[in-house]
Amino acid sequence: MEGRSTPKEPNFNFTKKIMDSGGDTLNLCIQCGTCTGSCPSSKITALRTRKLIRKAQLGLEDEIFSTDDLWQCTTCYRCYERCPRGVDVPSIIIILRNMAVKRGDLAEAHQKNAGYIINTGHIIPFGKKQEAMRKKVGLDPTPPTTLSSEKALKEVKAIVKKTGFDKLITGSDKSIKNEESNEK
Amino acid sequence: MRNKAKYGLYLGCIAPLRYPGIESSTREVLKKLGIDFIDLEGVSCCPAPGVVRSFDIETWLALGARNLSIAEEKRVEMLTICNGCFDSLYESACSLDDEKTRKRVNDILVSAGVREYQGTTKVRHEVEVLYNEVGLEKIRSLVVNKLDLKVAVHYGCHFLSPSKYKKIDDPERPTILDDLVEATNAKSVSYRDKQACCGAGGGVRARLPQVALAMTEEKLKNITEAKADCIVTPCPFCHLQFDRGQKEMNYKYTIPVLHISQLLGLAFGINKEKLGFESHYVPVKLPARQWEER
Repeated sequence: MEGRSTPKEPNFNFTKKIMDSGGDTLNLCIQCGTCTGSCPSSKITALRTRKLIRKAQLGLEDEIFSTDDLWQCTTCYRCYERCPRGVDVPSIIIILRNMAVKRGDLAEAHQKNAGYIINTGHIIPFGKKQEAMRKKVGLDPTPPTTLSSEKALKEVKAIVKKTGFDKLITGSDKSIKNEESNEK
Repeated sequence: MRNKAKYGLYLGCIAPLRYPGIESSTREVLKKLGIDFIDLEGVSCCPAPGVVRSFDIETWLALGARNLSIAEEKRVEMLTICNGCFDSLYESACSLDDEKTRKRVNDILVSAGVREYQGTTKVRHEVEVLYNEVGLEKIRSLVVNKLDLKVAVHYGCHFLSPSKYKKIDDPERPTILDDLVEATNAKSVSYRDKQACCGAGGGVRARLPQVALAMTEEKLKNITEAKADCIVTPCPFCHLQFDRGQKEMNYKYTIPVLHISQLLGLAFGINKEKLGFESHYVPVKLPARQWEER
């Protein structure tokens, strides 16, 4: 039939995987579309929350992972706040993102953020410029966080090693440098 | 002597590393209000819910549990000054209420040589502590500069949502932050789609910056229409998105952005230097009458 897509075979094993990973509200969705109507991202992107949830219900794995839709969500929770069925959409999206990352879909900017955490305990870099800014407002140049304690940073590094996060993020051959930030 | 402080100040990343004025204002404001707090030494990023949680929930929980365990050891409640930190730590604490999850995460902590988390830490947001524990009356009594400002209040998403767990205020029609702002004599103006997201969350700012900016611009347009003098947020990440976002739009808009701690600091007459407006991209030019030098 012209203009219509070919019917897809559902894959309920994949659906079950999402639900077993904490997305157990997935099958409560009745496709009313309140989520899409409430989504600030949908005004400017191709993300259609209702459709994404339908694809997840049917386990249409390839369709879910073949676009950037999953990453257009700011996790603002409007959909969850308004859903008449209590579907925890943001959590389902996060579970799907975890799966996408395992498949190798990790933006370079995100890889950097994660690298900063592994190297410093913080998600953004810190350098001389920022130290000076802190001094100007009367603060210690270095905040009393992992940046001030080798022992604390060691703990963070041990945790990410234990969970495999370091490998997940760096992949096989990409190394992350801890660049000093020149930003204000 | 056992410390008597009730709170441990949790700094996060954006405030101490990009807008130190938010950190110093917070410290000054808490002191003025007589709130006893300690630093939570050795904490890391919360870790950021939009990115780390999106990549690996288990790592997010384990790093969160480590931060929670630092407050637990000091027997203090965690006082957060950022919606992202609040959300991340609050939600990890909720997940870790479940004994099975806690056991699993503690196994990771122990094998990494970190203390276990027993599940007792309370996670609080500055705005809610000021409103519920200090109260508007006391805040009003400390105002020495009655602010004559029209403020566009931006709540940010993760202060109130998911409301099912947080139960702080109505996420669609909240008043808690407006009330706090108005305690300084400033006026909170209403504007179109006030509860809309700034655009930065969920890792969107890093991965799809143009999408984030388009959402920010929508807000800036609506705030401009309401003729606000400034934006006030309880979240350094929203703050960053509005401040740097305007730079990234080549200053098509120039609306100053203040964290609630900076606004209160201004009203409490705290030294201008400590408010740290210098690290903002959009100059904090407010109607002259706020600026009686002291």
